[in-house]
Amino acid sequence: MEQKTKIHAEDGIQELMITREFDLSLELLFKAYAEPGIVEQWMGTEVLQLESKKYGSYQFETKDGKGNVVFKANGVIHEFIPNRKITRTFEMENTPFGVQLEIYEFEQLTDDTSILNMHVIYESVALRDQVLKLPFAQGINMAHNRLQDIVNKLK
Amino acid sequence: MNLRRDVFQAIADPTRRAILLLVASQSMTAGAIASNFDTARPTVSKHLQILTECELLNQEQNGREIYYIINAKKMKEIASFIEPFRKMWDDRFNKLETIMKKNPHARVQKGKSKK
Repeated sequence: MEQKTKIHAEDGIQELMITREFDLSLELLFKAYAEPGIVEQWMGTEVLQLESKKYGSYQFETKDGKGNVVFKANGVIHEFIPNRKITRTFEMENTPFGVQLEIYEFEQLTDDTSILNMHVIYESVALRDQVLKLPFAQGINMAHNRLQDIVNKLK
Repeated sequence: MNLRRDVFQAIADPTRRAILLLVASQSMTAGAIASNFDTARPTVSKHLQILTECELLNQEQNGREIYYIINAKKMKEIASFIEPFRKMWDDRFNKLETIMKKNPHARVQKGKSKK
């Protein structure tokens, strides 16, 4: 089974590259990142705000079944070039992981396929390594579990 | 403080990483390992203890000497530590793909913007 999502994390470097090919046109792939209603669905988090433009900002929030906030993230958008590139910061609130810089590059492969290169830069190697281990513990994965809950309820 | 030991905690320390590199090439006694570091011998012993508790090192009695040997199986666990993170993104991207394929409202004009 081929792995669709590839992660390149070099030892001792505070960044990583995530690469993924999609069976989607470039326009559709980009749209999934630009439109709050769609981001909400695949990220599994509530999008409180998403201004998809230069100088824009965004806020995500995920609550558990009891209404407690389990995940809150925000950032600002530095560059927004439709169907090509998004440069933004990302910060998980109330966590020690600092702010990360994210550079998303969208490329067309064929009319119906596209590729996303996600370049993430952390404040330090130690912070990067902590975030990589995070899904074991908390945070992002909780957002994901929450999504699973919702999908299960729909069944 | 009684922290739960895991392989990631084991490799979080630069001295412990150096020890693993040393022992990876050949099994060594605690004394031989310690002679490679400026650190005090008890400090090295403590690191060895942690690495052993994390099962990254095994002890092997050879006559009067105890040799430390690397546990390759456990090391592999570290090599794949990135896997859950990758899996998380993979799941997310799969979701993105499914949503964009299914949702007709999300569809946009295709075939323009050829580079």
